[in-house]
Amino acid sequence: MQLTTPAVDTTRTPAEGRPLRIGVLAIQSGFHEHQVMLHRAAANAEVVQVRTKAELEDPALDGLVIPGGESTTMSIVAQRSGAWDALHAFVRKRPVWGTCAGMILLSADALNQKKDGQALLGALPITVRRNRFGSQVDSFQIELQEPVEVLSEGDKGSAGFPALFIRAPVVEKVGEDVKVLTWLPRTSGESSEAVAVRHGDILACAFHPELTGDDRWHRYFVRMVADARRAREAAA
Amino acid sequence: MSSFQAPQNLVAAAAADATTNGTGAQTATFTVKAGLAQMLKGGVIMDVINPEQARIAEEAGACAVMALERVPADIRKNGGVARMSDPDMIKEIKASVSIPVMAKCRIGHFVEAQILDVIGIDYIDESEVLTPADEEHHINKHKFRAPFVCGCRNLGEALRRIAEGAAMIRTKGEAGTGNVVEAVRHARTVNAEIRRASAMSDDELYAYAKEIRAPYELLKQTARAGRLPVVNFAAGGVATPADAALMMQLGCDGVFVGSGIFKSGDPAKRARAIVQAVAHYRDATVLANVSENLGEAMVGINISELPEDQVYSKRGW
Repeated sequence: MQLTTPAVDTTRTPAEGRPLRIGVLAIQSGFHEHQVMLHRAAANAEVVQVRTKAELEDPALDGLVIPGGESTTMSIVAQRSGAWDALHAFVRKRPVWGTCAGMILLSADALNQKKDGQALLGALPITVRRNRFGSQVDSFQIELQEPVEVLSEGDKGSAGFPALFIRAPVVEKVGEDVKVLTWLPRTSGESSEAVAVRHGDILACAFHPELTGDDRWHRYFVRMVADARRAREAAA
Repeated sequence: MSSFQAPQNLVAAAAADATTNGTGAQTATFTVKAGLAQMLKGGVIMDVINPEQARIAEEAGACAVMALERVPADIRKNGGVARMSDPDMIKEIKASVSIPVMAKCRIGHFVEAQILDVIGIDYIDESEVLTPADEEHHINKHKFRAPFVCGCRNLGEALRRIAEGAAMIRTKGEAGTGNVVEAVRHARTVNAEIRRASAMSDDELYAYAKEIRAPYELLKQTARAGRLPVVNFAAGGVATPADAALMMQLGCDGVFVGSGIFKSGDPAKRARAIVQAVAHYRDATVLANVSENLGEAMVGINISELPEDQVYSKRGW
């Protein structure tokens, strides 16, 4: 699972003005791992932990990663601490990336919810199935095909990327304007399942790029955040 | 004289940890096992004895539950040999919640672990709270599909467990006492020993590995990273939101709460408060708010009053 470190991609982060500010939702789960990878992907960006309403309402926050972990825990804690509404608003105005539990939280609908259901942010028109593969003994790692869109110039021709599926969800249905970036290969007879999607400024994947040595997904998200900021600044 | 060649067909090739299903997918790799623990960080894992308690834990925001027949406080009170729980009761709890479910087996009892593995438990705790089945060996945890968490009092013990295949570590503390003093001692000891090791040269680490009875390569990795190579939770005596935040500020990645919740006056409220405390462990204002009006905490026990054979943290080798 060790990969050679790709060159830091600084080309599309702003050369002038304040640096990109990317938050990682730090309520519960592997948020530190995302911070480490974002630092590697964009050396000149500010990477900050975000927990509170005030931090989510900071106009300087250019993008947000919602990490893996337990989606029920994150929504319950965010609701109780008063951060949920600010999170709900943020994912509709700035680039956001959900991995695993983060994808569940962003989705419009989720199957296999806990009894009494759970709160979802609903900004991404997809239906996910939680715990698609069963319990932890069925969790796995696999090499997935490279989605061309995710790779930058320097990455062309490199191998597939390693993906970890830990009690992972899959995308069961996609709504309008949702592009599937990656499919899971299946044994013969089964249909493929979508595991990474993009909808406007929302990126979501069922696996954990932050647990591998491969930061191509993080660099892709940094480019999304930089592009959105440039578009905002041009419009202003 | 021709050179001796060992026969190649006496034994089958050793089976690897990981298995694959034809698409190149590998299950049960160490990365996959340790990865779930990474996703539990910043969370609270609660002991529960039935589906109702499991639902209360899930609604409170627990990131996982530990299914067992008796909480440690009752194991202390009832005495006798404490064993793995009834698999049917574990399955009922598993069916009642969507979060991961863990269960305990006795130290060294690899058949209890095989049973937990086959019923699809998400994590196995090889636990000193149950009566040890082997006073010399722990389970070879590499052989299982399910990942393991093990207790430790110090760095050497933590690294020995990781060498045996534990994908997650917790402090032992002193379970079922509602007294956090031992958990603090164990967390501080691990931290202090890691800091000592980090200041050492590779040459010095050989001697230190011998001293603390830890595998050299794991010790070196720990020393250079400045932390354990797997996720490390606090456990054993956490009873209040402040206890939980204390363990987080001491550098633990998350918290197990055993008897502390369902042995208290208002379990649902205390469970919610501890979850909030762990998520906002540096924010004293939040900690003050969630600590208000929690009702009776569990009655604590002073460690010095425990009979020698009832000190669980001394179990494990």
